[in-house]
Amino acid sequence: MMLETYFDYFILPILTISVLLVFIRLLKGPRVVDRVIALDLIITIGIGIITIFTIRSNQKIFLDVAIMLALIAFLGTVAFSYYIEKKEND
Amino acid sequence: MIDILIAVLSTIGALAIFFASVGILRMPDFYLRLSVTVKAATMGVGLLLLCAAILFPDISVTTKAFAIIFFLIITSPISAHMIGRAAYFTDTPLWKGTIVDELAGKYDKETHELKDEVHPDDTVTEQQLSNKNDAE
Repeated sequence: MMLETYFDYFILPILTISVLLVFIRLLKGPRVVDRVIALDLIITIGIGIITIFTIRSNQKIFLDVAIMLALIAFLGTVAFSYYIEKKEND
Repeated sequence: MIDILIAVLSTIGALAIFFASVGILRMPDFYLRLSVTVKAATMGVGLLLLCAAILFPDISVTTKAFAIIFFLIITSPISAHMIGRAAYFTDTPLWKGTIVDELAGKYDKETHELKDEVHPDDTVTEQQLSNKNDAE
């Protein structure tokens, strides 16, 4: 009972504020690479939020979504960096 | 007892993620942002997943949580290395307080290969760095 209140009123607000702070960097970012790492960090924090939501809602099926998000974050960052490097090469 | 353990682990994880996001907002340079982001966020999410693995009595949840932790620890340094390399090739400016750029002149801009050492007659190293500092 205590732990659920703690998750609701301390952990989840901290993660939400973190996503908002990273989103400011995603909007500001002076270069494309800044935006790419901001997007990567947003997805990584999203995995944490999904984990806490899995604990709170007691639905263990949500962890599959976290696995897929981890895959998509890695592939997205690798594809972005590949094309940024190729664009420089031309 | 186990509630206290979960509370401590999740607090450390959430604070690590919070410090990573403050770092990506406040650091003056792309490379500093990259270095502060990847480690702290991986540690934070890993601790939160460890909480889920401890809390659920089910073996499948534990396996999935450890699979995600393993995957994150494997892939996040790779993606950080690739994006840092791409940023270095596209001449992302360094912070003006940077003292030494040890990679200057070592990358071949045409073939994207890393040479072992700078040629002795290839004195671009300090010139490039001073030019870069003048440009900012």
